[in-house]
Amino acid sequence: MATTELLVGTKKGLFVLRGDPATGMPFEIATRAFPGDVVEFAMRDRRTGRYFASHTSGFYGPRLMYTDDPTGEWTQATGPVFPEGGSDGSGATLERIWVITPGESDGVLYSGVAPAALFVSTDGGETWQLNESLWKEHEAGDWQPGAGGLALHSICPWPGDPLRLAVGVSAAGVWLTDDGGQTWRTGYEGLVPEYMPEEDRDGTNVLCVHNMHRAPTRPDRLFMQFHGNVYRSDDEGSSWNEIRAGLASGFGFPLLIDPSDPDSAFVIPLVADTDRVTPDGHVRVYETRDAGATWTPRGTGLPGAEAYLTVLRQAFGSSGEGRGMGLYFGATSGDVFGSPDAGATWFSVHERLAPVTSVRVA
Amino acid sequence: MAVVTLRAPLSQRAGGDARHELPGETVGDVLRELESRPPPIVGWILDEQGRVRPHVNVFLNGERTREDSAVATTDVLHVLPSISGG
Repeated sequence: MATTELLVGTKKGLFVLRGDPATGMPFEIATRAFPGDVVEFAMRDRRTGRYFASHTSGFYGPRLMYTDDPTGEWTQATGPVFPEGGSDGSGATLERIWVITPGESDGVLYSGVAPAALFVSTDGGETWQLNESLWKEHEAGDWQPGAGGLALHSICPWPGDPLRLAVGVSAAGVWLTDDGGQTWRTGYEGLVPEYMPEEDRDGTNVLCVHNMHRAPTRPDRLFMQFHGNVYRSDDEGSSWNEIRAGLASGFGFPLLIDPSDPDSAFVIPLVADTDRVTPDGHVRVYETRDAGATWTPRGTGLPGAEAYLTVLRQAFGSSGEGRGMGLYFGATSGDVFGSPDAGATWFSVHERLAPVTSVRVA
Repeated sequence: MAVVTLRAPLSQRAGGDARHELPGETVGDVLRELESRPPPIVGWILDEQGRVRPHVNVFLNGERTREDSAVATTDVLHVLPSISGG
């Protein structure tokens, strides 16, 4: 691919943007798909070249679509949908597809949805099956929703080991499997729900994970943006250590890592859950290269004043690695920003799109 | 067979036809038959539990109806999105 292709999900359709930050070729809209519908997430499986987009009609519900050419026709996947319940009508209904993540085996992809559940495809994303054992944990566990719903939004495969997986749920914490999803255990230790009264925190499962990523070169390490804090785990997600010191705020939604550097993470702080905008009207991405011991604000080229943006959970994507890593994020203002050098400098990718829900580099 | 009428974009998804003649003894039967015919529109009107989606209205001979209502061969079903907005 000669140019960089961005898949920007918005509240008014999917925008496919193409440009070349290396030559200065501006990003332009190559196509807009699903006009009028909310596109919550879109990505390209780089193993196969297949594109996926989850979109929800306000009338006709959510569905997953796929195509090999985003400027052409899209095909509706079979699922993810919940199994039919009994005659009492108690079966669950799919509300939203939050994320699609390639697995470690050929043809395997995972989907995280609301109400919080994990679906698996073994045929490249054409058909999907519910992971029943995690769903049983959900049903038995009295899982509570966050403000955005009860969402399984983060899926972290273990490079080279298809049996190990970590998932993040808002607001039911971290769940881990070592046997390909047959059994699950929690990764709650160290997470502090400061949004709850102090006397109610011990033992609670109301743990509002906002985003979570694994370091592929050191897979026992994960980073997490939590509701009001940022954490790092060095034991596969079983326990967590707070690393928010040095950030403008512990609150935010998306998080990324440099896949070549297990000590790296990028977050975009917002003021707080009561004021979900960039602090002081100043848009900055914060970078750590020492596993969260220190953070450096990266704002060169980003709005420095009178910019009160909200950047949502899936609206931060990347390509490549190291100092040439591409970073891209979008805001509910409809603005999209990019960096060709791992956040050292930034430029405006596009303005005045619809409110951005997700950004991924194809 | 009962007649089902659709509006865009549903009619476009259902092969471009706004009018469909379909068998079935209940509203749910008729809508499931519609959704399963090629090109399939499974899940657009009924959710996976067989319930009409909350923001879709189904009218049977001019009266709002639900999934378990009986349907006769001379009946007409209109499938409409809810009126949303201010």
